[in-house]
Amino acid sequence: MISEETIKKIANLARLKLNGDEVALYSKQLGAIVDYVSQLSKLDTTGVAPLVTATDMEITFRTDDVEKNNENSLATGNAPEKSGNLYKVPPVL
Amino acid sequence: MDFEPVIGLEVHAQLLAKSKIFCPCSSAFGAGDNDNTCAVCTGMPGALPVLNKEVVELSILTGLALKCEIRENNVFSRKNYFYPDLPKGYQISQYDEPICVKGKVAFLVEGVETTVGITRAHMEEDAGKSTHHGNFSLVNLNRSSVPLLEIVSEPDLRNSKQAGEYLRNLRTILLYLGVCDGNMEEGSLRCDANVSVRPVGQKEFGTRVELKNINSFRFVEKAIDFEVGRQIDLIEHGQKITQETRLYDPDKNRTVSMRLKEEAHDYRYFPDPDLLPLKIDRLWVERVKTKLPELPLEKLRRFINQYQIPEYDAQILTQTRELSEFYENIVKKCVNGKAASNWVMGDLMRILNDQKKDISNSPVSADQIADLIKNIDGNQISGKIAKSIFEDIATGKYSREMSVGEIIKTNNLVQVTDTMAIEATIDKIIAANLAQVEQFRSGKDKIFGFFVGQVMKEMKGQGSPQIINDLLKKKLKGEA
Amino acid sequence: MNFSELTIKSMADKVRRGEIKARALVEESLTRSKKSQPVLNAFITICENEALKSADRVDSLVSQKKDPGLLAGVPLAIKDLLLTKGIRTTAASKILDNFVAPYSSTVTNKLEAAGAVIVGKTNLDEFAMGASNENSAYGPVKNPWDLTRVPGGSSGGSAAVVAARITPGSIGTDTGGSIREPASFCGITGIKPTYGRVSRYGVVAFASSLDQVGPMTRTVEDSAIILEVISGKDRHDSTTAQIAVPPFSKNIFDSVKGLKIGLPKEYFVDGIDTEVRKAVENGIEILKSLGAQIVHISLPHTSYGIAVYYLIAPCEASSNLARYDGVRFGHRSKENKDILDLYCQSRGEGFGPEPKRRIMLGTYALSSGYYDAYYKKACQVRRLIRDDFVKAFQTCDVIAAPVATTPAFKLGEKSSDPLQMYLNDIFTLGPSLAGIPALSLNCGFTKNGLPVGLQLMASHFQEEKIINSAHALEKTINLENRQPHGF
Repeated sequence: MISEETIKKIANLARLKLNGDEVALYSKQLGAIVDYVSQLSKLDTTGVAPLVTATDMEITFRTDDVEKNNENSLATGNAPEKSGNLYKVPPVL
Repeated sequence: MDFEPVIGLEVHAQLLAKSKIFCPCSSAFGAGDNDNTCAVCTGMPGALPVLNKEVVELSILTGLALKCEIRENNVFSRKNYFYPDLPKGYQISQYDEPICVKGKVAFLVEGVETTVGITRAHMEEDAGKSTHHGNFSLVNLNRSSVPLLEIVSEPDLRNSKQAGEYLRNLRTILLYLGVCDGNMEEGSLRCDANVSVRPVGQKEFGTRVELKNINSFRFVEKAIDFEVGRQIDLIEHGQKITQETRLYDPDKNRTVSMRLKEEAHDYRYFPDPDLLPLKIDRLWVERVKTKLPELPLEKLRRFINQYQIPEYDAQILTQTRELSEFYENIVKKCVNGKAASNWVMGDLMRILNDQKKDISNSPVSADQIADLIKNIDGNQISGKIAKSIFEDIATGKYSREMSVGEIIKTNNLVQVTDTMAIEATIDKIIAANLAQVEQFRSGKDKIFGFFVGQVMKEMKGQGSPQIINDLLKKKLKGEA
Repeated sequence: MNFSELTIKSMADKVRRGEIKARALVEESLTRSKKSQPVLNAFITICENEALKSADRVDSLVSQKKDPGLLAGVPLAIKDLLLTKGIRTTAASKILDNFVAPYSSTVTNKLEAAGAVIVGKTNLDEFAMGASNENSAYGPVKNPWDLTRVPGGSSGGSAAVVAARITPGSIGTDTGGSIREPASFCGITGIKPTYGRVSRYGVVAFASSLDQVGPMTRTVEDSAIILEVISGKDRHDSTTAQIAVPPFSKNIFDSVKGLKIGLPKEYFVDGIDTEVRKAVENGIEILKSLGAQIVHISLPHTSYGIAVYYLIAPCEASSNLARYDGVRFGHRSKENKDILDLYCQSRGEGFGPEPKRRIMLGTYALSSGYYDAYYKKACQVRRLIRDDFVKAFQTCDVIAAPVATTPAFKLGEKSSDPLQMYLNDIFTLGPSLAGIPALSLNCGFTKNGLPVGLQLMASHFQEEKIINSAHALEKTINLENRQPHGF
């Protein structure tokens, strides 16, 4: 079990509105999953470097060349609300 | 009880790459609304970042100038938080594996060398810009993903003036390197300050407050002074300092708490899996090192030694790389360091100031100033004539391409050193001013200047002042 | 034309030779798509107009004696996780219900450049999170072999359309088994390539260090053709490898003589359905009879794979899904008095239960104080898991194993307990975490007529080894023409 208070805190951090049922459900389900994944603590990983990308590859770069995106509507074509070519949002406090 | 402020600065410098750090959009200021955007910097689904190599190069160069260790292992991490101008919901930054660590900046404060430690410098992308209009806000993502280098100082600064000096000198270094345009109004250079106070003599630091939004040099010192005062006041009234972020309000000259943003400070950093680790080997660093220019403090010291000029002059002349190079171009040709310094700091600065120009579009060229000095030093023209030639060039009568020699020749401005001709003029002046001669001989030395002026005037300023002086003295004293 | 029997290779050959019109193939595929929709629900969007236009373009190239490419006129279905410019792309989520892709993924660009025709966008588990296709905002997909069963997931729609002979091939994505498991459940071939082989640009991200795009087809050769077309370094994805792409389809051969096939003991344990085990062992026996050598190996950290995966993937997902915030695109709640409200409501309404669960889990695991115990620890164990494979490939060329512990299960059978559902992924997670290529090939059927997949894995960038062994097995076992009733 993860406490409902923690679930609410995490939901706020993730900007997810959860209803009361969801809070109770996730408290139970996430609790079970977290219990399960905690088995990793049994494994000694002293000195093991964390692995993020499993394939050995080298980073590739861009050269510093400007490319103009000619798609005018790209930025705001899907915008729920806009003003000219700017995104419009409710007040930011 | 006496208190001592402890200050560290976090400076965000926009790196002068043509394109953004993770996409090929232009990083230029002032484009139309959302014109400099693409799928990557607007955070469209499926878009991926690709690192701009130039940003790494500029960061290495800056790190070297700040005497930093350039780290081989670099990791880009995601800093997760929600804000409308942060399109992906995270900022790509460097967290535990930054590019530069353990550096320092040295500069002179009233002739004394001061050193400020650099904790780290790391690459990151900028956010976009929100503007607030009461019941709604508008978001422009032109700035989103513009490359930044965040330079974090050690808490080595002990008063607001030092902080200001550090920032000014850091900016000068960045400008010397050509990695940042240093423009605080356009936001290419931004500054946050970590401020705490402690009783003098205490080793431990006090609780620190982060000051944000200090967007001009003027405000850096004012904001810190206000905050230091506020903290001392609180402590003296038995209250505690809260660790928090405060915003500087330049209109009211005070800092205000940003508690709202504070409550959800959990950035959940983790390595960005879209960008593989970046390795910077020694060879790369060595290659960049060859591009490192002479830095302001080194140049200042060299100017003092090599050109025998006062520290004050050297400090002014090395304020920008362009000015120092202009000065050196003069000296290279005329070999008179002090005269060159006087011309640049006096007449040239005045003209630039009057005409609201900077050194890069000076109406008078370094060559011309060098030729003026050479002609004075070689007794070809008088200082007075030189100044008038300078004015004529500065005001556009002659172009900056025209040679000084030619101007002197065509206008017949060569100094008269022919003693016969000067003697004749002196005799004429003496004859016309016998009453004044009498005064001089009765001990009124000051009237000598009157005679010099009259002779000069008669000779249209072209007489050699040295010869006029010598001859006039002898004649008036009746020695010749 | 017997559409059902035509492979990608035969379709493209016929179109290039002018024996068949691309338009005819595409029209047939569209007819089947529309007809199947009420039964299978495999599509989210059928792109009829765009498809017919593309087909005509291919036909006109052929008539001008120009080569339209390896996939000339071949109708393909694309998982609705890949962006297709001008076409709605939903990731099977309400949060992207109205999202029209403003650009195209590298993979779909490459497919179209090779002459392929996109007939539709297939259904999937929302944001590719799931193993049954029951987590779609557009309803579950049905398994063509048994309509009461799931097709597997998350690329369930892509698997179903190929099994049901609607298109000869499709594109799926695989993060922890999302190509291989549905391929197994639907009796087709699917390849998860080496991480870094295929560009992720324009693919809605689920877990960036794991996501890979791959082919789903009836024959191994067809998968090889598609893989050849979509592989390679992409300047838009800096996690693609600068490594040559072999001409998979040209190099394909069917001898496994001397090939060392490793059988990891951790993949042949109690708890595997006996019929699945029998089919897989039968496949391995055939490979042996064809000259392969069997070696017994161990991948000791296998059992930790689920825990590692269900930390790493949700952590990355919690961050990848932060961009769905109702500001620039996607669902915006009507409840939005201030920005905080807009975020919480839009995301609360837009995401379904599984993405929410994983966002919550990832946010929790990355939050202050837990990073080292969860995310970092998982990344350390991930290295141990990869090292297991690296070591194993010193003694064998290919590893063979089951894809799933069971054949396709009933709709609703497992959907109530997420952890039980996660435990199902045990055999597909290892190759995903290790970044190695893995393939699923149909190796038999249960008594009830449900297909069973055999999984073949190889070392990084050694796709040829699994393609060739699968090709050899396929030729002998000869199951690819068996087709579900009614399709």
